[in-house]
Amino acid sequence: MLKDITIGQYFPGKSLVHRLDPRVKIILIVAFIVMLFIADSFFGLGVGMVFVLGAFLISGIPFKMMLKSLKPIMPLLIFTGLLNILFIRTGEVIWKWKFIVITELGVTTALFMVIRIVALIIGSSLLTYTTSPIQLTDAIERLFSPLKVIKVPVHELAMMMTIALRFIPTLIEETDKIMSAQKARGADLETGSVIQRAKALIPIFVPLIVSSFRRAEELALAMECRCYHGGEGRTRLKQLKTSFRDYAALAVTAVFIAGVVFADKIDFII
Amino acid sequence: MSVIKTEGLTYVYGEGTPFCKTAVDNVDLEIEEGEFVGVIGHTGSGKSTLIQHFNGLLKPTSGKVYIDGEELWKDKSRLRDIRFKVGLVFQYPEYQLFEETVYKDIAFGPKNMGLSDEDTDKRIREAARMVGLKEEIFEKSPFELSGGQKRRVAIAGVMAMEPKVLILDEPASGLDPKGRDAILAQIREYHQEKKNTVMLVSHSMEDIAKHTTKILVMNKAKVFCYDTPVNVFHRAEELQQMGLSVPQITRVFNRLKAAGVPVNDDVYTVKYAKDLILSMLGKDNKKVER
Repeated sequence: MLKDITIGQYFPGKSLVHRLDPRVKIILIVAFIVMLFIADSFFGLGVGMVFVLGAFLISGIPFKMMLKSLKPIMPLLIFTGLLNILFIRTGEVIWKWKFIVITELGVTTALFMVIRIVALIIGSSLLTYTTSPIQLTDAIERLFSPLKVIKVPVHELAMMMTIALRFIPTLIEETDKIMSAQKARGADLETGSVIQRAKALIPIFVPLIVSSFRRAEELALAMECRCYHGGEGRTRLKQLKTSFRDYAALAVTAVFIAGVVFADKIDFII
Repeated sequence: MSVIKTEGLTYVYGEGTPFCKTAVDNVDLEIEEGEFVGVIGHTGSGKSTLIQHFNGLLKPTSGKVYIDGEELWKDKSRLRDIRFKVGLVFQYPEYQLFEETVYKDIAFGPKNMGLSDEDTDKRIREAARMVGLKEEIFEKSPFELSGGQKRRVAIAGVMAMEPKVLILDEPASGLDPKGRDAILAQIREYHQEKKNTVMLVSHSMEDIAKHTTKILVMNKAKVFCYDTPVNVFHRAEELQQMGLSVPQITRVFNRLKAAGVPVNDDVYTVKYAKDLILSMLGKDNKKVER
């Protein structure tokens, strides 16, 4: 059923990670990505991994959710790994068969890349697990607000995102209803050739689009009735506030970045 | 033979998740052919879920549904054919219109049944007449019609399939009183003319009392009772306890009786009440009929 689709993967909770200011969380993610890319040794990557796994532990998100977030990128991981193994031909050869040459450098690079991507995905899914979509759009709006100077409609874009998120469940419900209604009139959605099936979608899409427009119009009217006039001078119900824990988190992250650089040095010396 | 029969019908939403909820709980029901059944129940009592089982839109979590003696879900390939026997008009059916013209939209159901153009045409005209649509609007786009007209087109779209059982989920909601009465009267006419089974889900006790021959009361996912209007409205107190009411006129007569006036307690339509009062006052000597 359509209803089973979950949008966003927010996991409500009260952990330290959940309570961080969403703006800070986005900055931390950017810092984390930088951390991963300046690391050029397994030691450096190890420090990054410790950082993200530590954050995961603190967040209290079930461990299996982390594995779940990795599932969709499995093909990408395998592809990256294989490419690196098969096409890096420098370094000590450890296995050779006809035209396939596997070198030590190839294997280590492949492993390195895979770990880096895994860490990236774990980090960014931690952000979506611990931050509600609304908080995220709020934070994005605030972070990008300096762009207003060059006339980027930041508030409007954020409002569009919020509305889109708000209406996804509504539209799913509506689609479900229309599908049931057309099935009751004998619409056959499950059998037939591709073209027939595509045609069978017309009775679903036309009413859906019509009702989306109707909803949009009603929403616009309702917003106007409540004197909505864009972001200028608008106050918020939920103010974003940075507190001690946010600065602490920033400090910890800074230490870890330094740690990555340091770990790379150690690797170099060894 | 009963046209709809259920045995231990149970439906659970979101089974296996923390949000699971039993919407229909162990329902045994037999509906005879030719009845006009009113379905009442509080919001969330499982009415809509129940009726969606009757044409196989929902698959029971457990239990069986028989339509016209044939078990639904036994043979999945027969499902679509059985679905044509039970026409279901959803709440706000006008939101399912999609064709370029009214005519084509009403034709959608009969065409899906694989009828010839000639038969389809006959059925469209018949259904349009039933719901009081003039043939002039056949070539109009359904989107330029008024709300009430759209509703009629949508109902005609299901009627044109000439199902053995016609189920309507609040066909009159959101319409003005005049449109409301008109649509309900047309549905009643359809019932009398076709002698088909009709099920009407409604929150209005007056509408139910006026039109139906049997009433199905749902309460907390179970069938509270399935009986004639007289017997159902006789249980006024129990109905009120579950957040339902009885028709206003029944309440008036119950109060009269409580006040010591010797009146019948089986009054649930205004017409009958009027005749009864007139005869009690001695102004009308003909035999009082419901």
